[in-house]
Amino acid sequence: MDNAYEPVIIGFLCNWCSYRAADLAGTSRLHYAPNMRPIRVMCSARVEPQFVLKALREGADGVLIAGCHPGECHYVDGNIKALRRYELLKRMLRQLGIEEERVQLVWAAASEGNVLADAVNRMTEQLRRLGPLRWRETVLGGDGQMAEHTDEKVAEEV
Amino acid sequence: MSKERVGVYICHCGSNIAGTVAVEEVSQWAAGLPNVVVSRDYKFMCSSLGQELVEKDIKELGLTRVVVAACSPHMHERTFRATCERAGLNPFLFEMANIRELDSWATDDRVAATQKAKAMVSAAIRRVIHHQPLQLLPVTINPNTLVVGGGVAGITAALEIANAGYHVYLVEREPSIGGHMAQLDKTFPTLDCSACILTPKMVDVAQNKNITLLSWSEVEAVEGYVGNFTVTVRKKARYVNEEKCTGCGICIEKCPKKVVDEVFEAGLGYRKAIYRPFPQAVPKYPVIDTASCIFFQRGKCKACQMFCPTEAIDFEQQDQILKLEVGNIILATGYDTFDPRRIPQYGYGRLANVFTSLEFERMVNAAGPTGGRIVLRDGVTTPKSVAIIHCVGSRDKNYNEHCSRVCCMYSLKFSHLLHERLPDAQVYEFYIDIRATAKRYEEFYHRILEEGTRFIRGRVAEVTDAARLPGEEGKLIVQYEDTLIGKQRRLPVDMVILSVGMEARRDSREVAQIFGLGCEYNGFFIERHPKLDPVNTMTEGIQIAGACQGPMAIPEAVAQGAAAAARVLSLISQGTVMMEPVRAHINAEKCSGCRICNDLCPYNAIVFHEDRKVSEVITALCQGCGACVAACPSAAITGAHFTDEQVMAQIEGMLWDMQPRIAVTATGAE
Repeated sequence: MDNAYEPVIIGFLCNWCSYRAADLAGTSRLHYAPNMRPIRVMCSARVEPQFVLKALREGADGVLIAGCHPGECHYVDGNIKALRRYELLKRMLRQLGIEEERVQLVWAAASEGNVLADAVNRMTEQLRRLGPLRWRETVLGGDGQMAEHTDEKVAEEV
Repeated sequence: MSKERVGVYICHCGSNIAGTVAVEEVSQWAAGLPNVVVSRDYKFMCSSLGQELVEKDIKELGLTRVVVAACSPHMHERTFRATCERAGLNPFLFEMANIRELDSWATDDRVAATQKAKAMVSAAIRRVIHHQPLQLLPVTINPNTLVVGGGVAGITAALEIANAGYHVYLVEREPSIGGHMAQLDKTFPTLDCSACILTPKMVDVAQNKNITLLSWSEVEAVEGYVGNFTVTVRKKARYVNEEKCTGCGICIEKCPKKVVDEVFEAGLGYRKAIYRPFPQAVPKYPVIDTASCIFFQRGKCKACQMFCPTEAIDFEQQDQILKLEVGNIILATGYDTFDPRRIPQYGYGRLANVFTSLEFERMVNAAGPTGGRIVLRDGVTTPKSVAIIHCVGSRDKNYNEHCSRVCCMYSLKFSHLLHERLPDAQVYEFYIDIRATAKRYEEFYHRILEEGTRFIRGRVAEVTDAARLPGEEGKLIVQYEDTLIGKQRRLPVDMVILSVGMEARRDSREVAQIFGLGCEYNGFFIERHPKLDPVNTMTEGIQIAGACQGPMAIPEAVAQGAAAAARVLSLISQGTVMMEPVRAHINAEKCSGCRICNDLCPYNAIVFHEDRKVSEVITALCQGCGACVAACPSAAITGAHFTDEQVMAQIEGMLWDMQPRIAVTATGAE
C-alpha cells in the first residue's frame, strides 16, 4: 500500500438487514470505499461496547454498527437495544476524547445496498479528515502505561 | 499457539473474485499464518471438484478447521458445511469469508481489495480456531398453516395445502374472499370471464373441510418461530350470526340505507349498509357497515332484523380475538392500485369522464353498476371516442419507478371490449412501450391492432376540458406528444381511462412488522432470493405469494401461491426441521441473578429460578439474537457460534495489518 493515510473501519453488520444490504451493494456492483472490514453478527444488539473498544484499540480508526430500521428488526427490537447501548457508549467515548464520527450507527434495510454504501463512503471521508485515532495518545494519555487496566475498567463500567 | 489445523481455500469464482483480488497472493500469504496447514486457491470452490479438494484435505491432512473465502455465506455457507460434514468434520468448525459481495464486487481498487481480502481471511482463520462443534436443533412443525389474504394467490395456496390433507386458516380482511380478481371482468389474453374461473375456486374454499375461512378478520400479532407460530386474529363483528344466517339476502333487500361502494365497485356503484360485496361472495354471510347503518348511527331502524327469517341479525355481536397455532404462514396480501389523484393534470376526480381502469372493469362487467353498459359518468351517454392512457403512476420517477406489468395487457383488453360493445367508437391507446411478454400476449396485441385501435406512442401531458379549438367543446382534450413523429398534438375524446399501476398495499410496512419481514423501497415484501427463492422470506416459516411480492398478473400469482404451498407442504411432510444452533446459554455458576437479561429477551425465553437465584435460557424459545449475551454484566451468557472469544479473535484478525500503525504511534508517544 502507498503511504497516504487510509482509515480502517470495522463494520458490525446484522445478519438480516445490513449484511444483506452489503451483499446487495456488491451484487449490484455499487462501488464504495474498501475501507470497511465487515463482521457479521446476528443482530446489532449483539454488539457489545467491548467489541467497539477492542476494534479501536487494535488499530481501527472507526467502527460502524449497522442494523435494521427501527420496527423492522428480525428480533422485534434488537436494533432499539443497540441504539440505547450506542448512546451510552458515545457518552463514554466523548469522555475518552474519541471524536463522535469514529463510532457510528446506521440503519440499512436488506433492500438498501446504496444506503450502506453511502454510509461507508461518508464515514471514510470523515475519518480521512480526522486522521488516525492514535489510541494510546488519545485514550491512555502520553505514556500508554494504563493499557490493560483501563480496558478492564471500561468493561466494568459498561 | 492453538493445536488446531486449519485449511484455507480461496475461490477465484471465475473472474468474479480473481478479477479484483490477487487470489494467489492471498492464498500464499495465508499459508504462512499460524495454524494454517494448507492454503489453496481454486477456480470454483463450490464445484464438486472444489469441494472434493476440501474433503480430501480434511481426511489426508487431518484438518480440524476449514476456512473458505468466496461469496456470501447466505449463498454457500450450507454447501461448505455439508462438505465438512461429508469428510467427518463437524459442520460448524467451518467459517466463510465473503470476499466477493463484500469485497471484489464492491470496488475496482485491486490493491485495497486484496488487502481487505487478507484481513477477512485472517479474521476467519482466527475466528474458526475458537469454533466449537455444534448440533442442529430439531424443531417440530405444527401441520396447520395460516394463509393471509384471500385473493387468487391465497386461495390457490390454501387449496393446495388443504387438498394435501392439512388444515389451513385463511384470513381475509374483506367480507368475502376473491380479491382483485373478483372485481375484474375478463382476463387477458384469453378473455375468460374472470368471475367464472375464480368463483369455483372460492366455492371449493368454502366447502373444503380442511379450510377454516376467517373473512372480515385481520391478523394482529404473530409470535413464535417456524413450526410453532401463535397468531392473534381479530374476527371483526359482522353483526350477523353465521350459524343462523342462510345467506338469503332479504336483509340486504330491506335495508333502507344505500352508500357508495368504494371497495368492490371502485366507487362506481352502490351497496347497502348491510351488504355482501358481490352476489357470489364467499362466505355468503353479509356484514353490517356500522359507519353507515342507521341503527348504529341513530339507534333506530333494525329493518334487517325485522325481516330476517332466521333471526340471524345480532346487533350485540362483539369482535372476537382468536389465537391460532400454526407451523407455517403464507402472506398473500396483494396490492393496491395507484391513486391517480396524485397526478392532478390527468384530472381524475375533477373531470367527470376520466375513469380508472378498475372503474372501467366494473362498468364493463355485466354484474357491475351499469349492467355492463359502457357509459359516461351521467349514466346514459355512450362515448364515441375513448382514450386509454398507459403507465399512470408506473415507470415514472415522480410516482413509481417500476413497471406494473399488467397495464399494457389489460389496456389492450379494454380496447377489445370497447370495440365489441361499441363498434362505432374510436379507441386510442397512449403508450410508452407495449410490454406483451408472456405466452400469447404478443398475439393478442396484434389482434387488437387489427381490430382498429389507434396506438399513439407518447406520454400524455394533460387531460383538460378547456377547449381551444373548434370541435373540442364539451370534450376531454388529451394533450400529448407523439414521439414517433415528434409533434405536440391535441385529441378531443368523450372518455379517458387511466391505466393505473400496481403498488404495494398502503399498510404493507405495518404488515411486514407484524410478521417480521423486510420491504423493498417501494413497499413490496422482500423475497429470500430474487431469482432462486422467490416465495421464501428471510424469516423461516413465512412465505410470500402474489402481488404483495411485486407487480404480477394472475398466472404468476397462482404459480407463486402453489409454490408457497409446496414449500409449506415440504416442511410439514418433514415433520421436523433442523434449526441453526445459534442460541444463548447461561452459565449458572457465573450468573449473579441480576435479571437484566430477563427483560431484554424479546421472546421471553429466559426464566428466573427464584430458588437458585439464577436465570436460564429455554433453548426452544431462544432465537439467537445475542442481546442478552451482550448485556450480561457477569459475562455468564454465551452466544453459540457468536461467542466473545470468536468475535474478539475476528476483530484481531480483521486488523492484522494495523500492528505497525499502533506500534508507530506508541513509539511516538514514548
